[in-house]
Amino acid sequence: MKIKFIAIAIVSTLIFISCGDGKKKDKNPVENVKEEVQADPIKEEVVTTTSEKIDLTAPTLDNKGIGPVKSVTLEAIDEKLVEKGKELYKTNCTACHKLKKRYIGPALKGVTDRRSPEWIMNMILNADEMLANDPVAKALISEYNAPMAQQQISKEEARAILEYFRTKK
Amino acid sequence: MKRIIKSIFLFVITATLVVSCAPTEKKGSKSNKGALAGNAAEKVYVAPGEHDSHYAFISGGFSGQLAVYGLPSGRLFRVIPVFSQDPEKGYGYSEETKPMLMTSHGFVPWGDSHHPDISQTKGSVDGRWVFINENNTPRIARISLKTFETEEIIEIPNSAGNHSSSFVTENSEYVVAGTRFSVPFPQKDMPISEMKGNFSGALSFLKIDPEHGHMNIEFQIKMPGFSYDLSHPGRGKSHGWFFFSTYNTEEANSLLEVNASQNDKDFIAAINWKKIEEYVKNGGGKKMPTNYAHNTWDDDTHTATTEWKKEVLVVDPKEVPGAFYFLPTAKSPHGCDVDPTGEYIIGNGKLAAQMTIHSFSKMQKAIADKAFDGDAYGIPILKFDAVNYGILPNPGLGPLHTEFDTRGNAYTTFFISSEVVKWNVKDLKVLDRHKVYYSVGHLMIPGGNSQTPDDKYLVAMNKITKDRYLPTGPEVCQSAQLFDISGEKMELLLDFPTIGEPHYAAGIAADKIKALQPTKIFKLADNKHPYAVKNEAETKVVRKGNEVHISMTMIRSHFSPDNIEGVKVGDKVFFHVTNLEQDYDVPHGISMIGANTSELLIMPGRTTTFTWEPKEVGVWPFYCTDFCSALHQEMQGYVRVSPKGSNVPISFTLDGDVPGEEE
Repeated sequence: MKIKFIAIAIVSTLIFISCGDGKKKDKNPVENVKEEVQADPIKEEVVTTTSEKIDLTAPTLDNKGIGPVKSVTLEAIDEKLVEKGKELYKTNCTACHKLKKRYIGPALKGVTDRRSPEWIMNMILNADEMLANDPVAKALISEYNAPMAQQQISKEEARAILEYFRTKK
Repeated sequence: MKRIIKSIFLFVITATLVVSCAPTEKKGSKSNKGALAGNAAEKVYVAPGEHDSHYAFISGGFSGQLAVYGLPSGRLFRVIPVFSQDPEKGYGYSEETKPMLMTSHGFVPWGDSHHPDISQTKGSVDGRWVFINENNTPRIARISLKTFETEEIIEIPNSAGNHSSSFVTENSEYVVAGTRFSVPFPQKDMPISEMKGNFSGALSFLKIDPEHGHMNIEFQIKMPGFSYDLSHPGRGKSHGWFFFSTYNTEEANSLLEVNASQNDKDFIAAINWKKIEEYVKNGGGKKMPTNYAHNTWDDDTHTATTEWKKEVLVVDPKEVPGAFYFLPTAKSPHGCDVDPTGEYIIGNGKLAAQMTIHSFSKMQKAIADKAFDGDAYGIPILKFDAVNYGILPNPGLGPLHTEFDTRGNAYTTFFISSEVVKWNVKDLKVLDRHKVYYSVGHLMIPGGNSQTPDDKYLVAMNKITKDRYLPTGPEVCQSAQLFDISGEKMELLLDFPTIGEPHYAAGIAADKIKALQPTKIFKLADNKHPYAVKNEAETKVVRKGNEVHISMTMIRSHFSPDNIEGVKVGDKVFFHVTNLEQDYDVPHGISMIGANTSELLIMPGRTTTFTWEPKEVGVWPFYCTDFCSALHQEMQGYVRVSPKGSNVPISFTLDGDVPGEEE
């Protein structure tokens, strides 16, 4: 038995020495592939685990979400903007949302009481990142299962939709 | 026992040592095949998530389509349906795309696509459109490289075997369509044996609208009844000319295999299209009655329409002196290729063991000197010695096609000896040769038909693969082989299978196409389809006699409406379906049980229609055929079909309500 152990030791050393100047790691495509395969499930786990404990009916007005909208100052309701927002809502949102009842996504009546203006606009403009990283958005997708669709809305248009929501309380 | 174990153990270890150190040993010896293979693997390896450096648009041959590959990986990205129906995409099945396949012979569901060529600006491929010819029922198609869809197909009248096509001039002024099988012009009932002198070969020049790419047959030249096999435009100094190879100058009408191979020399026809353009502008040519289909796709209405053209302007070569010459060329030349400088015109004499290289400068002088050797049907034949730059003797067997790099080298395929040969055009010296597997037809260097080919890759397209891939019954794939041509020696990097027969290909640096920003979605707001619905509140079902028109929407993951009643046996039901998505890469599909057509695959913002004629009463489901979200399996609906004469009224709902009733 002892002999065998020594043999292993010698041979291992030999391998180590003779192969020490082998290929550079970063040039081996197979290794790169392996790394990616491993990385994916870990990422997914992060996405799916954290969202459990958020009460979706409770206001989260301090959360501005993630995306291009950092700060919105609200003034008196702008009726013209409301009209524009109403049209945009009809074309881009009603396939999945209703105001008073849960549909594909949540009912949107009173949404401005629950979510900050920035959060609402970021959810419209930057849904993919929101769904991946914002705690409230993550909780929403685990509740509703359907992802929020990206509808190529501009910042101005999202602002108009927000104005329309302000009138629906 | 111990001893045996020990010796086995030592043996294993020794073996391991040898194996584990093999790469290090290989590095030392360059002749080792393994090391070379490793190098080739690195050159074609595109890591997961990374992009290829070049697009290759490879003809689908008898599939009728055009395949889009990446180079150097050889990965297939997309098959663009062009001349054949494609049930996967609903092309040629949907009401909107059916007109694309309309011809003067009626609806033709199949085609034989041949020579893709990319549009050019100032002598370089610009990545706006790909043109491709259909050989069987002569047509030229234009494919947009914004949408990667066929946008236009124009039928070529008075032509047959549309083969010396669809090559583009250096500013995309024209794309040409030439006749391989000369026919009566116009068609008429006559004895076949009286072909000689009575058939003609139409060479059509299609003007390309510089903004939208729309094609128009500007003029058609009524040439002698030879076979016009391939062609290429002049470029640089020879811009304004077009060169066509000819065979069967014998004008044989039977057993061409023997009877069209009698003459030692056939011709390359040199045609000064600028001169003809001017002649036509000044009222030249004769308008001749005809009938052909011109099909165009409209991205606003998402619909194709067929326009019937009733006449074509015909030019008789005898009427335009100085615009037509024949260059004697050995023997039944196939490929007719022009080098990047525009000086050398190369005839690939498929039945001769030599290449004929003509000089454009010599040709100009020969014309000025009237160095003629008689004429054929009134077209002067230039003296061979007065136009010929030289001969490349015995380069291989069965030369077919030549492409070029920017270093003065030509690369020619040899069908019979299955090889690609690299040679210097000026020196007429063979520099390198490489076997291909097997029976190579065309080859392609990205930017091939231009002043600025890319010196990096060469793709050889082979007709036969025999033992190169796993057997798949009597029919095995045809293939492409990728070479690195950046060094002195050509290096074979990769084999990859192709669809149909890869007649020819067009390649371009990927950055050029990316810079033009390929379409990601169609804007719903711009959708002008007559049955488009922009939101669920607009969805409806309308009866018009025995036609029922359903204006339906789709979004992840439901249809609106998804419950429809009031349809009766004997009705013709039109599903006009709008994809409301405005997100990249979210198409939806739809199909109805028993519909005698294909599925639809509808891109975001687009409206597409299929028809269904229910034959039995019942409640019949439809569903989304393209996996769209976690709730894709739930994306379905029902249509109730009642008997003929039933009183069930038309109704349509979603979740029990008329769609969009509530805000």
